[in-house]
Amino acid sequence: MNALEFIVAGMLAAATPFLLAALGEMVAERAGVLNLGVEGLMALGAVIAFIIVYHGGGHLLGFLAAGLASAALSLVFAVIALGFRANQVAAGLAIGILGQGLSALFGKSYESLTVKGLPKLSLPWLSDIPVIGGLFAQDVVVWLSLAATVAIWAIFAYTKTGLVVRAVGENPKAAHALGYPVIAVRFAAVAFGGVLAGFAGAYAAVVYTPLWADGMIAGRGWIAIALVVFGTWLTSRIFLGACLFGAVSLASLAAQATGLDVSSQLLSSLPYIVTIVVLGIISSNRRLLKLNGVASLGEPFEQ
Amino acid sequence: MSALPLRFLPVLVRREHASLAIKLLAPPVAVGLATLLNFGLYLLMGRDPAAVFHAMLLEPFLSWASFSEVLLKMGPLLLIAQGLAIGFRAKVFNIGAEGQFILGAIFASAIPIWLPQATGQWIWPSMLLLGALGGSLWASLTAFWRVRLNANEILVSLMLALVAAQLLNYLLLGPWKDPAGFNFPQSVMFQYDAMVPILIPGTRVNVSLLIASALSLAAWLFMQRSFAGYKLQVGGLAPRAAAYAGFNEGRAIWISFLIGGFAAGLAGAAEVAGPLGQLQRSISTGYGYAAIIVAYLGGLHPIGIVFSALLMAALYIGGDNAMVSANLPVAAVRVFQGSLLLAYLVAIAFVRYRLEWRHAAQGSAP
Repeated sequence: MNALEFIVAGMLAAATPFLLAALGEMVAERAGVLNLGVEGLMALGAVIAFIIVYHGGGHLLGFLAAGLASAALSLVFAVIALGFRANQVAAGLAIGILGQGLSALFGKSYESLTVKGLPKLSLPWLSDIPVIGGLFAQDVVVWLSLAATVAIWAIFAYTKTGLVVRAVGENPKAAHALGYPVIAVRFAAVAFGGVLAGFAGAYAAVVYTPLWADGMIAGRGWIAIALVVFGTWLTSRIFLGACLFGAVSLASLAAQATGLDVSSQLLSSLPYIVTIVVLGIISSNRRLLKLNGVASLGEPFEQ
Repeated sequence: MSALPLRFLPVLVRREHASLAIKLLAPPVAVGLATLLNFGLYLLMGRDPAAVFHAMLLEPFLSWASFSEVLLKMGPLLLIAQGLAIGFRAKVFNIGAEGQFILGAIFASAIPIWLPQATGQWIWPSMLLLGALGGSLWASLTAFWRVRLNANEILVSLMLALVAAQLLNYLLLGPWKDPAGFNFPQSVMFQYDAMVPILIPGTRVNVSLLIASALSLAAWLFMQRSFAGYKLQVGGLAPRAAAYAGFNEGRAIWISFLIGGFAAGLAGAAEVAGPLGQLQRSISTGYGYAAIIVAYLGGLHPIGIVFSALLMAALYIGGDNAMVSANLPVAAVRVFQGSLLLAYLVAIAFVRYRLEWRHAAQGSAP
């Protein structure tokens, strides 16, 4: 398998943690809530899923529990940021620190243990195509994540639910005047983001690299938040961005495997550097951000 | 609504005047609340809460030996938090102090690593200055990205902190590794003149605590007494008013990041030139992130921050104690830190709001 085939085959799996977490954050931000705790939510989901799978609970239960745990933690964020109208930046950071702390605490006796990942499900015919065939052999979570991406895109494009979430984020006062429960919608959006962050962490810990190590999320939660900006709050562009980051992280692996003489630290920091560069390029287009940005992002709502 | 508990709902109502009493009470209340929550957790984990309480919250203050360690830890936290708070009050969120701290440590280490034979009293002050410069330079990348490219400073500064950690790894595994160090990721031990002088004889507390205190005073003068500090605060509280008054937002961002980076870089330099005496992988145990909590818990006020830095330093030392004597994992400290900030954010809400019990039907009407 050459480097290109390796990247094509693995890109979607590598992209999945980014994709799930970023889509969750996008939904919360569309409703006007900036949740900076994604890194901690992912870390908590990861450790919960790992513990359950390690003790033989199975992947399904692991994912469900991870989603629930991260949703619960994201609701703590919602109570403080929305209920008590705290500074969302500070509340998100606190949730992030708390989630990472809990993750390290629960995972302490599981350090360096491994579990079994998930088998690949191949699409007939398509997965036999040379070079790009690997793209069509993915595990079930990747397939479901792709389905979820399409579903979220459709919800925002075609349904009233999507419209209400956007209205609450764009102009909460108007949404409230029309009779929509602004705070309830925001709570739901944050909880949804929590569930997806939990799934993202679970995927990272029990499918993508089924090995427990403290700090294994390694900034992916933060990159997911950046992806929402790259994708200018649009599902399709966030999907493309997640694929880019999947490819970047695989490219550094491939480079190491082919014995390219680049320091491994430079390769490890490649995703962060790419984030910084792309963030600069996208953000300098102020019109683009203004056009697609969420008007009330991060601002508390008072009736 | 027929269910009894739902007949009256708690509603937050804005106060006519912000309550100063609650502002002062919020930090101790938050500490109490976080302590209660965390000790519940320790109980669930099967630890003896009394033993943890003694080791974590009392022991750091019970002997001069351990209190001096608290003072030692307080130095970097105080420095970084004072720098960050200035930016936070201007609503400029420098989350990457950890990276600026690391760069400060790296820049400062360059002198003893490149000039291991050098002697003289100029070495440690130059290291501190160089460290502060390194921190500012690293922070200025974020400022540039924010001001020129309009990029979110939270994300950029955090990403740069992750890059800084990799840069440190690279240096310690590669060019700066101690050749006689059995392959450990650490530099050579620094020479005597590269060490910051001890402040209190018999302890490890060094002059950097004095510098941190002096800079706290400077932060107070800057924020409470200078026009530049006033402009920053207006920018944070009322960005539109600041814009009408002609206060330059870009300048506020540059000032915030340069000060934040300076302080964090200085703290990093003081760590390698102080208790560590070499550049190591574990130069920071999350000081950059803990300092964010210190800044908020101190009400973003230079005087409040002195107290919250002392508290956070005690929590670090107490956490180490509890690890040894009550078998509490180190991660418990991070959990405590996170819940402390959350508890504070809840408590501080009552400065501007009061709780009112409203009839359910009335409460839900717009």
